Amino acid sequence: MQLICVDELHKSFGDLEVLKGVSFSVKEGEVVAIIGRSGSGKSTLLRVLNGLESFGDGIVNIDGKRVSGLKADLIPLRLKVGMVFQQFNLFPHLTAGENVMLAPKVVKKESREHVTELAMEMLERVGLADKFNAYPDQLSGGQQQRVAIARALAMRPKVLLCDEITSALDPELVDEVLEVVQRLAADGMTLIMVTHEMRFAREVGDTLIFMHQGKVHEMGAPEELFTRPQTPELASFVKSVL
Amino acid sequence: MAYQFSFEAIASNWELLARGVALTVVLTAIGSFVGIIIGTVGAVSRAWTLPLLSQVFTVYIECVRNTPFLVQLYFIFFGLPALGVKLNGWEASVLTMVINLGAYSTEIIRAGVMSIPKGLLEAAESLAMNRWQALRYVVLRPALKNVWPALCSQIVIVMLGSSVCSQIAAQELTYAANLIQTQTFRAFEIYLTSTLLYLMLAVLVRKCLNQIGMRFIERRKA
Ligand SMILES: Nc1ncnc2c1ncn2[C@@H]1O[C@H](COP(=O)(O)OP(=O)(O)O)[C@@H](O)[C@H]1O
Ligand SMILES: [Mg+2]
Repeated sequence: MQLICVDELHKSFGDLEVLKGVSFSVKEGEVVAIIGRSGSGKSTLLRVLNGLESFGDGIVNIDGKRVSGLKADLIPLRLKVGMVFQQFNLFPHLTAGENVMLAPKVVKKESREHVTELAMEMLERVGLADKFNAYPDQLSGGQQQRVAIARALAMRPKVLLCDEITSALDPELVDEVLEVVQRLAADGMTLIMVTHEMRFAREVGDTLIFMHQGKVHEMGAPEELFTRPQTPELASFVKSVL
Repeated sequence: MAYQFSFEAIASNWELLARGVALTVVLTAIGSFVGIIIGTVGAVSRAWTLPLLSQVFTVYIECVRNTPFLVQLYFIFFGLPALGVKLNGWEASVLTMVINLGAYSTEIIRAGVMSIPKGLLEAAESLAMNRWQALRYVVLRPALKNVWPALCSQIVIVMLGSSVCSQIAAQELTYAANLIQTQTFRAFEIYLTSTLLYLMLAVLVRKCLNQIGMRFIERRKA
């Protein structure tokens, strides 16, 4: 079943058209890796899916509901679509546990006992149960990003968007985050991730999307795309990153 | 001719002075508390340019920041009765302090709100929080924390400035000092004492505010 359907999506910032007719769809449980040069519109695409950016022409369907751009529809949309950012964006005044508990508590009005249990469960899932009471500035970048993942998961989204979530990390901290994502994928979580980790995209992704100048330039099985790129643009991109 | 120092005038009037100190503290406390609430509302209105509210606050801040405290005090005490608003010296002083600190803390807290990285707000939004939830649970505490030292300084400045409330017979510290001086003519001793009292007050208030900051804004467990 299609969880996300994007059809001829256009998005401009003023005169600058950033997305020029993007179309693709994502099945439940599918792991989609998006690659492409800086400025090709990858972040903008994810932000549209989460309602952080409005869009112009085109249709975006998520879980059977058309994304309208109306303010009132934003909250229901974001309840289904979680997001993890490059810069972690943990709430600095709250502990890891409180970061995870906050949204379930204030948005879903779940009870204190329940959210505490939930936070513990989510932190366990990312291997940080012992950091429940640690503040973000007491955690490494990799640990902060794992807390951010736990925080997004605690809202039980149907799909998790990850925008270059390892790009701000020291190289030795990348793997611990990727491992967590890999486990999520294995557990059947639907994932759309923009990444520069080509090996990861190849091994974990079910589908690879190559974005180029605001369009889906090539799309298909990662192995296929990496070994037999159909366009010179992807060929040269693959060459430049490998 | 040697001046004979005598602190007898202070000793026999210590209750008046103590009362003055207490009133200065209460005046500052009310002014700060209500002022910071007004300042928070104003800061958010201005930072998010809420229609109408942000304009109202802009005018309010410009009026307060560009006029002397004493004139504001006179306006409220002597001027407002013309409009049927009659306040005694104490009430007028409280109101002026609140208006004053409200305006200054709006600007200070606004800087704090603007200092919060956009990413934090987006993270809150992506977790399905609405703007008000994001403000209350995510933005406000880090914002206040960032500007708390500036806010404390402003509170101390306004507390010291509140000495002019003696001009409209609010019985705060300077009023008490003036009163004792007119009765005993011991100007040196009395103003030396009140100077030291203000100094002590400023230091203590700053310490208290730091504690409040740690306790309610920082609120860290480890
Ligand atoms: N808020 C914005 N305002 C104006 N231009 C933007 C904004 N966000 C992104 N852009 C522009 O849109 C283009 C695509 O950006 P982005 O989606 O971030 O690309 P990517 O994530 O692939 O590097 C870039 O040219 C960028 O400068
Ligand atoms: Mg990007």
